[in-house]
Formats: sequence, structure tokens, C-alpha cells
Amino acid sequence: MPVENLNVFEDDFWAINEKLNQILKSTNCLSVMLIDKAGQLITTAGDISQLDTTSFSSLCAADFAATSQLAMLVGEKEFSTLFHQGEKQNIYIASIEDRVMLAVVFDQRTTLGLVRVRVKQVVLELIKMFTAIFAKLDGAPGGAPGSGSNLGTDFASEAESELDNLFK
Amino acid sequence: MSLINYSSREINCKIVYYGCGLCGKTTNIKFIYQKVSPDAKGKLISLATELDRTLFFDFLPLDLGSIKGFKTRFHLYTVPGQVFYNASRKLILKGVDGIVFVADSQVERLEANVEALTNLQENLTEYGMNIETIPFVIQYNKRDLPNIATVDEMRAQLNKWNVPEFEAVAHQGFGVFETLKEVAKKVLKNLS
Repeated sequence: MPVENLNVFEDDFWAINEKLNQILKSTNCLSVMLIDKAGQLITTAGDISQLDTTSFSSLCAADFAATSQLAMLVGEKEFSTLFHQGEKQNIYIASIEDRVMLAVVFDQRTTLGLVRVRVKQVVLELIKMFTAIFAKLDGAPGGAPGSGSNLGTDFASEAESELDNLFK
Repeated sequence: MSLINYSSREINCKIVYYGCGLCGKTTNIKFIYQKVSPDAKGKLISLATELDRTLFFDFLPLDLGSIKGFKTRFHLYTVPGQVFYNASRKLILKGVDGIVFVADSQVERLEANVEALTNLQENLTEYGMNIETIPFVIQYNKRDLPNIATVDEMRAQLNKWNVPEFEAVAHQGFGVFETLKEVAKKVLKNLS
């Protein structure tokens, strides 16, 4: 079943984080988030203390998915970036290899032009990194799904007892 | 698409409640939201019309706690049930790890249930997924109403795969957690 589980390992994680911090510094934006297309947050950089990142990620993915469908309706493969302008804060979202997206939240301390240019550079590098990550996962013994996980055999039984606790 | 982050030690899984219009998908999620302790849940987001019909989706993040050192979280979604919202339904299925099919037990809704199930299979196929292999459970909801089909009749129409099935009265909470627990178990088992 070709469902791609996304497993992010230590080395890749820090390398990705470094790229996000690079955007943060070079654009003077408020925060940067990397989100998968299912709406799950992978990692962040910057100040996210005032942001409900779980909701943000879910809505971001829905936003992007809906916009992709709009693109198809007018004969485009996808709209690779999205921009939402507010009175004080703005959001810029860019797609990375159709599986992940990068969201940048910024205010008047920077400009859309600068964010757009810097994000474009970093997206190219992130595409390379994610291509390698997905190649690694696709090459994992046994193939998908879940085969790339190293969670151990007792994971399922421990999970079951946690579920009992949650719902008792 | 579950997300396992070995660096921040987090696991995120996506569970989708599917079914025909007004079968009780949102009612399931709302009941879970009301009953789960505040530290285990995030904000409930409902993208609904003014008449409270789901327009795009409902979303509820649920923290399971730590399993083998991994902070484990479920993202619960519902789809809009009305037939003409299929484009939205399909989008929400993207990256799904487990599905709850909520069936309306009223006799006059049997056909709508079958149609929704067929639609689910078609949409999964478009993502290269298969109902026989994805963690999947069925809930027969509204068992408190008069004029309902028997479970045997519903099983014959909807559960040819013999997956776990639950009777429920979602607005009273009957069967809601049993259903969620079973699909959650199947999703986590699939991960390990």
C-alpha cells in the first residue's frame, strides 16, 4: 500500500532546523513552520509561544489542499505558494516536493519580497534534503507502511495500556 | 501518513470519521472533546456552515501520552457528509492512518450509507489506498431512534470485510470511545 509514512531521524532533523533558522535570520520574520501535507507539524523556528501550532498546521494543510484543487480547476498543476495578508501579520506558504510545506509568519519588520526570495532559495535546498529522506524511507527493508519505524515490538502493547488510561 | 519524529520523539497519526450527511460524525468528535481531560486535548476546530453542517472538516488533536518515550498524538478529523462536498472529503483523506465509518441506523438512510461507503472506497483508491488494509472500523449510530435497521441488516450491507463494529448513540456518548479506542489500537499496531 503506497502510503508514505514520514519518519524524521536526528541528523535530518537538525539539518532541517538549521535551514528554518536561516530563513528566520535572513528575513527577520516571526516564525517558520515545516508541515506535512496531512497537517502534522514537523518542526519550527522562531517565536511560536502565541500560536496554536497544531491548529495552524491542520488549517495550513487544508488551505493548501483546497488551493491545489482550485489550481487544477483552472488548468494549473498547483499553486506552489500562497500568501495571506493581514493588518499586522501575514502568512507565506511554499510547497516542497508536494509532500511538505513551509509556512512563514511575518509582520511589518520585513517585506513579502524579501520573504519570497529567501524562502525560494531555502526551498530548493529543502527539496534536496527531503528527496534524500524519502529515498531513504522508500529503500527501507520491507517497504511501506510503517516498516521504516524502529518502535520495537512492545510498542503496540504499551500503546494499548495508554489507550485504556486515556479513555477510562 | 503517520509522522514519526525521532529527534523530538513525537508520533502523530491521522484518524478520519467518514459517513453520509447527518450520520453523527461531528457529534462523535464533540462528545470526545467534552469528555477528555483538558490536558489531553487541543482546540476543537469546526469549519461549518451557519446551520452547523460541516463545510470542510472538524479537527480535534488528542494527546495519548508517552509511549516508549514518544509523545503520541492523534489528529481526529471529520469529513463533510453531503454528497456534493466530495472534493473536500477527498482532501481530508490525504495521509489518513485510520478510518471510522459512521453509519446512520435509520432504515431510510441505508442507501445513503452504502453510497457513502462506495464513495470512501473510490476516494481511497485514488490515493492508492485500500479499505481492506487500512485500519478501519464501523459504527452503527443512532441506535436509540425508532425505525432502525437491525445490526444484521446493516452488517450485510456495510461490513463485508468483517471489521470491528460498534453500536452507538453518539449524542449520549454510548459507543463513542469504544469505537475510537479500537481504531486507535489498530493504527498504533500498524506503526510498530
